[in-house]
Amino acid sequence: MTVHNFYIFDRNGSCLHYSEWNRKKQAGISKEEEFKLMYGMLFSIRSFISKMSPLDMKDGFLAFQTSRYKLHYYETPTGIKLVMNTDLGVPNCRDTLQQIYSTLYVEYIVRNPLCVLGESLQSDLFNSKLDSFIRALPFFSVRAA
Amino acid sequence: MAIFSVYVVNKAGGLIYQYDNYVPRAEVEKTFSFPLDLVLKIYDEKLVVSFGQRDGIRVLSINGVDVNGKYTAEGKEILEYLKDPANYPVSIRFGRPRLTSNEKLMLASMFHSLFAIGSQLSPEVGSSGIEMLETDVFKLHCFQTLTGIKFIVLADPRQSGIDALLRKIYEIYSDFALKNPFYSLEMPIRCELFDQNLKSALEIAEKAGAFGPGS
Repeated sequence: MTVHNFYIFDRNGSCLHYSEWNRKKQAGISKEEEFKLMYGMLFSIRSFISKMSPLDMKDGFLAFQTSRYKLHYYETPTGIKLVMNTDLGVPNCRDTLQQIYSTLYVEYIVRNPLCVLGESLQSDLFNSKLDSFIRALPFFSVRAA
Repeated sequence: MAIFSVYVVNKAGGLIYQYDNYVPRAEVEKTFSFPLDLVLKIYDEKLVVSFGQRDGIRVLSINGVDVNGKYTAEGKEILEYLKDPANYPVSIRFGRPRLTSNEKLMLASMFHSLFAIGSQLSPEVGSSGIEMLETDVFKLHCFQTLTGIKFIVLADPRQSGIDALLRKIYEIYSDFALKNPFYSLEMPIRCELFDQNLKSALEIAEKAGAFGPGS
């Protein structure tokens, strides 16, 4: 099991943060283009699902998986979107993503007066905390599989 | 546990078959006095709730008479009708909007591109497109054949045995659509035997997988 990469988007679609750990394939386009494509896909999935759904939804979109990876999604009511790609063996990561939002994003970005909200995150403290948080996850290690 | 619907999409993203197996009827009727305690708006030629209680549910009927898009049965605009205090109290029935066949075509081609983007953005080499998409009220399962046809099944999140069902639908497709001399490839499937066999496969799958483990 492993974590491939992690994205944070704001409500306007700009990518606030990106980091990767065990990514074997790059998308073959620039990072800027990749963020736009990723956000566009998530946006379309949300509208697709709200139309497709036979019942009213509470949480909406949670995750999708292909033959090789699983994408976990968490959105706050303010529109911050956290996206994490892992391999297929990882169970529902909603709590983990929520924890990243509440213990890392809110603590080190929202509470930092020097971080301008809505712009790409520059805080080294946040980056190192996030990195150590992800590395400490029980499903991070490749060998744990 | 239930299987909600089945979609078959050809390799160009066109919808060639759609079947609604089970549509939960969650409708509510309520009598209102003037002024309304919710905000209605016109969205896509339909009247929906834009604020108050639940968003996006559609106005289905007024005083027991079904509405016609954004007009009442008599042809008046509903928003104008509801502005007039003389028409109150009024009883309004709400429900989730049913998909029109055009919307279904659009959603099918939308999924076709989402499927492709899902494989392009993969962090691992050799990934397929989206095979399973999960929400809190349903799961969408997709099986793409080597020839590019996609079979899509919407089911309850707790329903199991969907992989077997998708392969069964593929088998039914090859047996009753492809072997039908009147069926032209990539075109909508209008074969009676295909319909019948699909329905019985869905029934069997619903019974067999009713107590599958939730994940």
